[in-house]
Amino acid sequence: MSTPTAPDLEQLVAQKYRHGFVTDIESDTLPPGLNEDVIRVISRKKAEPQFLLDWRLKAFRLWQTLTEPTWAHVAHHPIDYQSISYFSAPKSKTDGPKSLADVDPKLLATYDKLGVPLHERARLAGVAVDAVFDSVSVATTFKDRLHAAGVIFCPFSDAVRDHPALIEQYLGSVVPQGDNFYAALNSAVFTDGSFVYIPKGVRCPMELSTYFRINAANTGQFERTLIIADEGSHVSYLEGCTAPMRDENQLHAAVVELVALESANIKYSTVQNWYPGDENGIGGIYNFVTKRGECRGRNSRISWTQVETGSAITWKYPSCVLIGEGSVGEFYSVAVANHLQQADTGTKMIHIGANTTSTIVSKGISAGRAQNTYRGLVKVLPSASGARNYTQCDSLLMGPDCGAHTFPYVEVKNPSAVVEHEATTSRIGEDQLFYLLQRGLSQEDAVNMIVNGFCKSVFNELPMEFAVEAQNLLALSLEGSVG
Amino acid sequence: MTQIQRGDLVLDIKNLVANVAGRNILKGLDLTVRAGEVHAIMGPNGAGKSTLAQILAGRPDYEIKSGTVTYLDEDLLALAPEERARRGVFLGFQYPVEIPGVNNVYLLKAALNARRRQAGLQEVDAFEFMAIIREKMKLMKMDESFLKRGVNEGFSGGEKKRNEILQMTVLEPTLAILDETDSGLDIDALKVVSTGVNSLRQDDRAIILVTHYQRLLDYIVPDYVHVLAGGRIVRSGDRTLALELEERGYDWLVEGSSAA
Ligand SMILES: Nc1ncnc2c1ncn2[C@@H]1O[C@H](COP(=O)(O)OP(=O)(O)OP(=O)(O)O)[C@@H](O)[C@H]1O
Ligand SMILES: [Mg+2]
Repeated sequence: MSTPTAPDLEQLVAQKYRHGFVTDIESDTLPPGLNEDVIRVISRKKAEPQFLLDWRLKAFRLWQTLTEPTWAHVAHHPIDYQSISYFSAPKSKTDGPKSLADVDPKLLATYDKLGVPLHERARLAGVAVDAVFDSVSVATTFKDRLHAAGVIFCPFSDAVRDHPALIEQYLGSVVPQGDNFYAALNSAVFTDGSFVYIPKGVRCPMELSTYFRINAANTGQFERTLIIADEGSHVSYLEGCTAPMRDENQLHAAVVELVALESANIKYSTVQNWYPGDENGIGGIYNFVTKRGECRGRNSRISWTQVETGSAITWKYPSCVLIGEGSVGEFYSVAVANHLQQADTGTKMIHIGANTTSTIVSKGISAGRAQNTYRGLVKVLPSASGARNYTQCDSLLMGPDCGAHTFPYVEVKNPSAVVEHEATTSRIGEDQLFYLLQRGLSQEDAVNMIVNGFCKSVFNELPMEFAVEAQNLLALSLEGSVG
Repeated sequence: MTQIQRGDLVLDIKNLVANVAGRNILKGLDLTVRAGEVHAIMGPNGAGKSTLAQILAGRPDYEIKSGTVTYLDEDLLALAPEERARRGVFLGFQYPVEIPGVNNVYLLKAALNARRRQAGLQEVDAFEFMAIIREKMKLMKMDESFLKRGVNEGFSGGEKKRNEILQMTVLEPTLAILDETDSGLDIDALKVVSTGVNSLRQDDRAIILVTHYQRLLDYIVPDYVHVLAGGRIVRSGDRTLALELEERGYDWLVEGSSAA
């Protein structure tokens, strides 16, 4: 005889991926392979101006000279870049929908399954959603209201067509084509993404939101996001990502560039739930993303908040380059790794201007046999007198077979700078779990409560309507069939 | 569910034998607790008092070798910890854990509603809950700022114990097991905690107090006092036994038990 139902952490963390379904829509897909001709085809299909084709080709040539970075604490089979198809568009959509009514109902049903009810969400939450299905944006809501405020929020390809001057001025100005291997690849082949411009002094009247989803098999997704906040403007932007379950790995190499001019404020929140692969590490998204923001103007602020629960491998370091005097960079992150997931994520805060400040709060949760790495760089250049950074990194381990690693790099070249760092690692306590069970909570609720408590300071940074979603997502990622 | 009457059997432990980490701790323990009663369990350090309390609450890692535990006509050992809690078994921990970031009120409301669902009652909403908790906090002389804090997060030793009793008064258990709730309390806190416990002293409930100090029993007068030593109850009596223990210590009883 033994005491029944010992809270089995192994079981608790063995959860199934809920968003695993494939939408059966005819796609217009290029055969696999990458060369200059493929890039020309992409550019032509999108009717791009010459400068952009030239820009892509330059990126492609740079990419050919680069190699994959190997310093991250992740391991994977070599990626065959010639076996990937670089363009996939839902066929019926080549003309593009004019409104929600024109959108294929099957697509809308897909978004419903993902929990993105466009109509509801858009109307009730006042969120404008730019949904990206594979590579082409299919629905944009609330355009009119934003238009009245002078805000531009549209698929990247529309911006190329309608605002080429802004694109030419800002594209690649934060993340240059040759920045790193994946950024160069993205620059060469990106197919769509979102573009945001907030004019001077405008406070964007609603949260802007984009949902990404990789649908077609064997397609990489390379979206490109560019957000420009002009002087004194405010914007809050949220991206949510999910992909269907497939046995083979899929590559996602996005680039996000943010530009904040004087006194502008950009809040960029991510809730990422790409398919992580199964318990045995089969399938899942390789999420190799370059995200960077430049605080160019005085007193500008860029804040990254991310909740990362998905992907087989995550390689992602949303960063802030603090150029303007008194500018502020923030990074709040929850990264969950379960089963055989590998996450190597963190941030870079580059202090260039005087009296710039940055805050880093990173919460890593590891379960199953997953490896979760925080990698952060705080760099204070000689010009950044009075710079301040505060970093807090906490790791939570669930079960005996997972790992947490913390690599904080600090380079300070100005003696007046103050850099503080705190780090903790704790194991989810059997004691805590038992305490909550003894108060009558179910095992799942108990685990969720402990994990949510651990992540609270980050969730507090999320826009209200997404904080609940993030909590649910976290619950989904960690709960299991408790029998 | 039928109403529990004074004198009904709440807990019946028969010949319980249990190991921890391969070591035999409980060696054939018997204990019967009826509705309306307060039982005090005393005994030397390491005797197995907390082990018994944890086993009754369903903590994993304890290996039950033999014996039975019946709680209100059910086999208690067959129930998961959360099922026991929802049926009215409450353990006041000797060392309450901190759960950072988890709001006190949030936990307590979830706990109360888990218990109410089990009893077939409607869940309380936030509004009703605040009314309940405000009243109980007054009883426990706790400041409302505790509500906003994380569960036991940064609480002093005494505050943690007080918080346990607050939870107990909100959850209104049928069987409350309080493991050294009096340890670490100042005199005023001891009185407050005793008031909280006495408020639950009713015909349809039973309380087991684990304590080292007869002083607590001045405030919460027990119907029975037991001595747990060497893994079993070696002596039972009324509250005068506690006074005798204070005079004589445990040696005279422990020697007797090891000879048996
Ligand atoms: N997890 C464990 N691993 C090993 N030994 C344990 C464990 N838990 C309890 N024990 C041992 O079991 C014995 C009984 O412990 P228990 O905590 O029940 O004593 P107690 O009567 O409550 O003592 P105290 O009055 O000091 O609180 C002790 O010798 C203790 O060291
Ligand atoms: Mg004890």
